[in-house]
Amino acid sequence: MSFVFLIFLPLLAALFIPLLFKKLGKVHTGWFVLIVPVALFIYYASLLPTTIDGGNLVSEFQWIPSLDIAFVAYIDGLSLLFTLLITGIGALVVLYSIFYLDKHREQLHNFYVYLLMFMTAMLGIVQSDHLITLYLFWELTSISSFLLIGYWYTRDRSRFGALKSMMITVFGGLMMLGGFVLLSIMGNTYSIRELIPQAPEMVSHDFFIWALVLVLLGAFTKSAQFPFYIWLPDAMEAPTPVSAYLHSATMVKAGLYLVARLTPVFVISGTWMWLVAGVGLFTMFWGSFFALKQKDLKGILAFSTVSQLGLIMSLLGASAAGYHVDNIAETTFKYAGFAAIFHLINHAVFKGSLFMIAGIVDHETGTRDIRKLGGLMSLMPISFTVAMIGAFSMAGLPPFGGFLSKEMFLTAMLSLTEFDLFSMDVWGVLFPIVAWLGSVFTFIYSFYFVFHTFAGKHKPDQLPKPAHEAPIGMLISPVFLALLVVVIFFIPNLVGDWLVKPAVMAIQPFLYSSPGEVDIHVSAWHGFNTELFMTLGIFAVGGLMYWTLRKWQKSYDRFPDSVSLNALYDNLMFLSDSGANRFSMLYMTGFIRSYLVYMFSFVIFILLGTLYLAEAFAFDVSNLAPVGFYEIVILVALIGSTLTILFSKSRLTAIIALGAVGYSVALFFVIFRAPDLALTQLVIETISVALFLLAFYHLPQISRKEERMRFRFGNALVALGVGITMTLVALSAHSQKALPSISEFYKETVYSEAGGGNIVNVILVDYRGFDTLFEIAVLGIAGIGIITMIKLRLTKKEGQHENK
Amino acid sequence: MEIIMSVAIGFLFMAAVYLMLSKSLIRIIIGTGLLSHGAHLLLLTMGGLGGNSPPVVAEGVSVSDYADPLPQALILTAIVISFAVTSFFLVLAYRSYQELGTDNMELLRGTEDHE
Repeated sequence: MSFVFLIFLPLLAALFIPLLFKKLGKVHTGWFVLIVPVALFIYYASLLPTTIDGGNLVSEFQWIPSLDIAFVAYIDGLSLLFTLLITGIGALVVLYSIFYLDKHREQLHNFYVYLLMFMTAMLGIVQSDHLITLYLFWELTSISSFLLIGYWYTRDRSRFGALKSMMITVFGGLMMLGGFVLLSIMGNTYSIRELIPQAPEMVSHDFFIWALVLVLLGAFTKSAQFPFYIWLPDAMEAPTPVSAYLHSATMVKAGLYLVARLTPVFVISGTWMWLVAGVGLFTMFWGSFFALKQKDLKGILAFSTVSQLGLIMSLLGASAAGYHVDNIAETTFKYAGFAAIFHLINHAVFKGSLFMIAGIVDHETGTRDIRKLGGLMSLMPISFTVAMIGAFSMAGLPPFGGFLSKEMFLTAMLSLTEFDLFSMDVWGVLFPIVAWLGSVFTFIYSFYFVFHTFAGKHKPDQLPKPAHEAPIGMLISPVFLALLVVVIFFIPNLVGDWLVKPAVMAIQPFLYSSPGEVDIHVSAWHGFNTELFMTLGIFAVGGLMYWTLRKWQKSYDRFPDSVSLNALYDNLMFLSDSGANRFSMLYMTGFIRSYLVYMFSFVIFILLGTLYLAEAFAFDVSNLAPVGFYEIVILVALIGSTLTILFSKSRLTAIIALGAVGYSVALFFVIFRAPDLALTQLVIETISVALFLLAFYHLPQISRKEERMRFRFGNALVALGVGITMTLVALSAHSQKALPSISEFYKETVYSEAGGGNIVNVILVDYRGFDTLFEIAVLGIAGIGIITMIKLRLTKKEGQHENK
Repeated sequence: MEIIMSVAIGFLFMAAVYLMLSKSLIRIIIGTGLLSHGAHLLLLTMGGLGGNSPPVVAEGVSVSDYADPLPQALILTAIVISFAVTSFFLVLAYRSYQELGTDNMELLRGTEDHE
């Protein structure tokens, strides 16, 4: 089956959404949308048996064959895992949104079109084997994210957040495209599958390190790694279903997917391991540390997402160690890749439920400000239970899924201290320390999130709405996810065999040839080892610090806002905006003279430059026409009348002198044997002069006299330049013929082929008939323009009259 | 003759550009008129000013004696187009007089908030 087309199914469905919204407005549009992710989920789940055995499926169709661009859907363990997350969480989010968004007040057709567009884009990213189409879908997620964040476009914060996410992620996307192009130059292919076997040769290529850094810039901006994470907290202006879907479960994981997918290509490099693991781990600490500064429920979750993405990123970086050691099955290095994927699943599940709870709290109380909330435990018992399960899983407490992957995370970080390449033996010890610190803060903010909202004193007077439990429909999705959190804890090895191990095989193809070779068994109890003591330490220190949170949380306010990354972004945006404005004001003066000066200077520059560069200037005196008496007389008349125009004080003189120039030109036509031109010129010149006189001389309100033109050196210089240039062009054009003229053909065939005697006329109406047709069209347009302008005047005059 | 004509064409272009850079609307329009005269003569000169007979087929005239017909055809088109453009300019200027009461280009720049 050509399942590559299924990527476009959501986009296709999106076409019908506005219609359904308009025609069947009584039914919430979400119900129709829900069919799409559910159907896709069921179909993709049926592919699971293939990947569990380590197999893969390819389906493609050519898009631009001449450029070697095709849509290639490649399904292996990794892409199928992401596909199931996208469609599965997508279905739950759509279900949730049906109760979250009011069908009467919200513009549902916009919302669901954007959401379905995003679904296509995301499926495209995780299934594309072709780098260029991957980039295409990558940018499409940025665009749909922009539209969804700005969904409530009347709010300033929404538009600001939308633009910010767009600027940062599209910047990263462009960098990534550069990396892709370098990769394709090195490997001579756009296919990721074909790039992987070439990795050992590519590593010594000059472009390798550039490709690595550029691709990572794309991944880091998308997955909100330090210092690019600043767009994610502002993206929380989006409706909560969007935050749950795009900004925690799927889109922000596209960067992780990219890193995982390209790990086999870059894994040989030490820079890769350091950058991915280092930036990831630092982000994990930074995000968890600043999550406690937040007062907004979704703000806490945003920073927590940043932190958790960093955690997974660091694990993906650490998995690179497996490439450099022998006999991995007997070492602890094998855990990093498994832990990354396992935690990715856990995070999608518990963070999705937490976002939905934050949305429910917002929906039912009217505020997300944690200072106003409290004591909701008894009012919203189901939400409280779900929130507690999600948060405890995030904090790494048993018996929830997060505990297992957190343990494994600590194992992987500890293993790095034993790694003896890339100066890890010196600095590797930092990894478990930072990981432990980050985990402590994760523990604290998880408790902060749950207990500051649901425990403590209820403050009904501060809430915009009286709090009550959410409707049952809204609770289905979060409750389902919370159940999954618990279920995963009890069947981790089933999840491991079905989803994690096939994906690990895609990340580390150099280690495993089938998922069965991934020799990892997940269990909750490992005996008394370092990880367990670290976990106990996290609980003890975290608990103690949470107990005293009120005493030290205020110290966050000492971080000045003016030196933050957000201030840097704001200043950069402001500077580029005002800088560009000032720069264009520098030359966009509003004077027509300035623009004409630019144009004429450019004409001089281009023509003289071409004459010089192409060595086209020529001066040939051999083939000249003789100079006669009449020619000289007419020439004197021409130059005399031109000078009269230049120096005349009166308009009348100038207009008549222009007429004189025209008649001189007509006389030239007579002398140079062009009777048709002479006739036309005489007629036209006469009409022109009459028109000039009509338009200017007979306008009573303007004085008929005008002061003499003052001499301006700059203008004279430009004018002189144009004059000299045209003289040189005229001389060169006459002195040489690059090609034989077509005139000879016209002369010879005019009678035999076209049956006419007047060669000029025959050229105009026969050989170049279309030219003449369009010439007539120009005349017609000018005529319409003239009539319109005169008519407009009349109607306006009448209007004014009526007003009086 | 071609050399003299080339210099004259340069002079026409110079005068035209100088007029177009002035601030009076009528001078700008006169400038465009001069510019088209210059361009016509340029076309004519490019093809060569030789040829003893007008490009009309006649008994006893050899093909090489005709003046070059191609520039003439181009110029004929150009004359008409430049007439259309000039008339359009004139009406445009006439209207802007009536609406704005000035033909000074310095006063016609942009709107109030355009700095």
